[in-house]
Amino acid sequence: MTRGLAVEAIDLVKRFDETVAVDGVSFSIPAGSVLGLLGPNGAGKTTTVRMLTTLSVPTSGTGRVAGHDILQEPEAVRRSMGLTGQAATVDELLTGRENIRLIGRLYGLPMTYLRERADRLLEHFALTEAADRMAKTYSGGMRRRLDLAVSLVAAPPVLFLDEPTTGLDPRSRAELWEVLKRLVADGTTLLLTTQYLEEADHLADQIVVIDKGKVIASGTPMQLKDQAGKASVVVTVSYAEDLDKAADLLRSAAPEVYVDRTSRRLTAQASGLSDMTRIAGVFADSRIAVDDLGLQRPSLDDVFLHLTGHRAEADDNAADQARPEEVLR
Amino acid sequence: MTMALDTHRPPTESRSLLQQSMTVVWRNLLHIRRMPEMLLDVTIQPVMFVLLFAYVFGGSIDPPGDVSYKEFLLPGIMAQTMVFSSAIVAMGLTNDLQKGIVDRLKSLPISRSSVLIGRSISSLIHSSIGIVVMGLTGLAVGWRIRDGVLNAALAYLVLLLFGFSMIWLGIWVGSLMRSVEAVQGFMFTVMFPLTFVANTFAPTEGMPWWLRFVAEWNPVTALTASLRELWGNDGGLEPTASAEWPLHHPVIASIAWSIIFTAIFAPLALAAFKRRSQD
Repeated sequence: MTRGLAVEAIDLVKRFDETVAVDGVSFSIPAGSVLGLLGPNGAGKTTTVRMLTTLSVPTSGTGRVAGHDILQEPEAVRRSMGLTGQAATVDELLTGRENIRLIGRLYGLPMTYLRERADRLLEHFALTEAADRMAKTYSGGMRRRLDLAVSLVAAPPVLFLDEPTTGLDPRSRAELWEVLKRLVADGTTLLLTTQYLEEADHLADQIVVIDKGKVIASGTPMQLKDQAGKASVVVTVSYAEDLDKAADLLRSAAPEVYVDRTSRRLTAQASGLSDMTRIAGVFADSRIAVDDLGLQRPSLDDVFLHLTGHRAEADDNAADQARPEEVLR
Repeated sequence: MTMALDTHRPPTESRSLLQQSMTVVWRNLLHIRRMPEMLLDVTIQPVMFVLLFAYVFGGSIDPPGDVSYKEFLLPGIMAQTMVFSSAIVAMGLTNDLQKGIVDRLKSLPISRSSVLIGRSISSLIHSSIGIVVMGLTGLAVGWRIRDGVLNAALAYLVLLLFGFSMIWLGIWVGSLMRSVEAVQGFMFTVMFPLTFVANTFAPTEGMPWWLRFVAEWNPVTALTASLRELWGNDGGLEPTASAEWPLHHPVIASIAWSIIFTAIFAPLALAAFKRRSQD
C-alpha cells in the first residue's frame, strides 16, 4: 500500500456486453480526507463504487481499500469499509434498532457491545425516539440517517456513500452534511458520489469529475473553479438610466464588461478581491447609486459545462436560466 | 446529534457460516412477524383448498380403495404446499435483490452463501408452518396417520427433501426475474398445472391416456403417492398394473426426483444468483 492512501482506484474498467460503463478510472484518496466523485447520471459513478466495494468485479484494473486489494482480499476490504447505497437500503419491516443489530451481528460484533453501539448510533443520528418503529414509517431524511448509522455500526475507517442526499429536502441535506463533516473530523475517509456540484464543493477536499466512464478532471474545488475561468465583479445599479455611465466607469477599471439591462447588472472580469475593492472605490467616488456589488466565482456548474460541453443536470431549461451572463467584449 | 461518535474499531468475533445464516433467518422471520399476512399462502389458502375440495368436489370424486376423499386429499394438498415453497423463496429473493438488501449483505465481511442458505431455511420454516396448519386441519376433517410413527416421520422427511429441491428452483427463478409481480405471474403459471395435472386432487385412472401418462410421471404425483403410502391414506391398495413406474415405487421416485431437481437447479440457481448480483 502506498502510505497514507485509504482508497485507490487503479485503471478500473467495467464493460457490460457492448457498453463501457467505466473506462479506465484512476484516483486515490489520502486517509482521513473526502473525495467527491462528480458526474451526471450514467457517468459511471455507481459502477465505480460497486467495484471498489467488491460488489462488482472489474473487467480490468483493480483497486485498494485500506491497503487491501479488492480482487485479492475482498473479505478484508469488506471488513474495513461501510457502504451506503444509492437507494436507502434499510429493511423497511425491521425497526431502526433491528436494522443496526442485524448488520452488527453479521459483522460479528459481540452482543453486549452491539447493544450499546446501537443506542449510541441512534442517539447520534437523532433516531432514538423512532428506534423501535418499523423503518417503513420513517421519512426520507430519517431513512438516510438510519442507512448511514447502519453503515457505521462497525466503525469502518473508510466509508462509501453513493449519492447520499439524492431526493432529500434542503434541510435534511444540510443536516446530513453536518453529520458527514463530523465523521471526517473524527478520522473517517469518505468517498461520496454526487450529481450536486454544490455538495462536492461543500464537502470534498478533492473532486474527480467523470463523464461517460472517464475521468475528465480532478483537483481541489478551488483548482477546478480556476480552470473554468476567472472570477468576476457584479455591480447592480439602482437606476436604469445610470447603466451607460456605470459601464463607462467600469471599463476604465476592468478590461471586459457586460451589461444586462433588464436586471440593471454589470459584470466585469476580475482577478480577485483587490480588483473588487478597487472597483468598489471607483463607484464610491462616483454619484451612481448602487444596490449591490460583489465578487462572483465560477460555480462548479460552470466547471462542468466548461469540461464536458454539457450541463450536469438533465433539465436543460432550468440550466439555461441559471446560466450567468456571457462576457462581452 | 451532538456527541462525537466512537470511531475506534470494535472487537469482532468470527462467526460460522451457520451463525451468519441464522442471523439472516432471524431477519426473515421478523418479516413474517411484522407481516403475518405473508403466511396466508401456507395457511388460509391451503385450508380453503381442503374445504373446497373436500366438500365441493369431494362428493363426485371416488378415490380408489376403502378411504374417504378427505383422507385421499390431504397428502395432495401437503405436496402442493411444499411445491409452492419455491414461489415463496423466489418472491423473497427478488424482493431483497430489488430493494438492495442483497447488496448491503454482500458488502459485509460474511460468506455470501449465507444469504441464500438463510433464505432457504426461512422458506422451509415458512412452508413447515403450512404443513402443521394442514395437518391440524386434516385431523379436524377426518384425515389420520395410519401407518405408524416411523413411516409418518419418513413421509415428512420425503416432503422436506422435495421442498429443498424446490427451493433451488425458487432461487433460480428469483435471480432471473426483475420484479416480485413477474415472479408471482411466472410461478403461478408453472405451479398450477404442475400440481393439478397429478394425482393430488383426483386419481389418475380417470384421465385420458396421454394426460394420465404425463400426470403419472409428474414428480408431484410421486410425492403425493409416497405420502399416501407412508401415512396409510391409500386404502391399502396397490396401484393398478397399468400405472407408470413412479406410482409403483413412489418413495424411491420422490427421493430420485428431489435429487435430480437439486442437481439441475442448484448449479443454475447459483450461477444466476452470482451473475445477477455481480454486475
